[in-house]
Amino acid sequence: MSGARLEIIERNCKGCSICVEFCPKNVLEMDVFLVTAPRPEDCIKCMQCELLCPDFAIKVHDE
Amino acid sequence: MAYDYEKSIRPGKLPHIWCPGCGHGIVMKGLIRAMDTCGLDRKNTAIVSGIGCASRLPGYLDACTLHTAHGRAAAFATGVKMAKPEMTVICCGGDGDGTAIGGNHFIHACRRNIDMTYVLMNNFIYGMTGGQFSPCTPTGAKASTTPYGNPDPIFDISKLAIGAGATFVARTTAAHPREIDKLIVQGIQHKGMSIIEVLDDCPTTYGRRNKFRSVVDMMKHLKANAVPIKAAAKMTAEQLQGKFLTGVLFHDTEKPEYCAQYAEVIKKAQGA
Repeated sequence: MSGARLEIIERNCKGCSICVEFCPKNVLEMDVFLVTAPRPEDCIKCMQCELLCPDFAIKVHDE
Repeated sequence: MAYDYEKSIRPGKLPHIWCPGCGHGIVMKGLIRAMDTCGLDRKNTAIVSGIGCASRLPGYLDACTLHTAHGRAAAFATGVKMAKPEMTVICCGGDGDGTAIGGNHFIHACRRNIDMTYVLMNNFIYGMTGGQFSPCTPTGAKASTTPYGNPDPIFDISKLAIGAGATFVARTTAAHPREIDKLIVQGIQHKGMSIIEVLDDCPTTYGRRNKFRSVVDMMKHLKANAVPIKAAAKMTAEQLQGKFLTGVLFHDTEKPEYCAQYAEVIKKAQGA
């Protein structure tokens, strides 16, 4: 499934890595203290990362 | 697709002060979604809190907010509701704030069954003041003031609220984000005292002293030990050891609501 755009608001991210661990498709990765999305094409838009991010730092957009 | 939380947050307030991985942010998101679902008018919604990490929450929200004395959220909220019964009143607070320092106000607000929703974020510790043990710190757990393990038995907040007379009592965890807003919506719609206990993680002062090596360990612990109330009915007491029941634990629509009762008193006094 494609068509997801992951917006990461770097200013808000504190690097807790909850989103990385709870992503069922391994889309996200930690870059030291910041989350990155190297595989957005694998995203199934389950919204777990957006729902579980305590810092309002990740958003899943429809493309 | 992406939820617009920013429209409900005061401009320039993010990033918030909570530690990396603190579940309070997840609860705040749930509260924002619940308020949107209920279609609450910001000018007619009062969000009241005491002191503590969880009580910082109203400061971020764009509504009528009140940051009060330690533990006194329920007392101030009762005042707001009595003066303006048409307002939707939501209380926010932590376990130490709500059940230790404000325990008295908490039980009496429950007893009166006044129409408000209390979102109690139970992170098992006093986070902001340096990790002292609270009435919800599990027996044996380490805190800054119990370095050899906490000897006290815990308060079961939901049972306390039911016993004190609250008419809608529900529990969930920060690891179940969709359940948070679902239960808060039910709490807001319920006419009477609603207690939503959200079990939360405090990686900074609780987790690191209690063998949770990371934020994710704490979140997984919450997820693994939460048992929905329907599933719990089929489990033995042994299987339920150390688990927490989630979902709507108690719902009573019979008990009269306090503002309505008080309006009757006013009518009687004026009519006499």
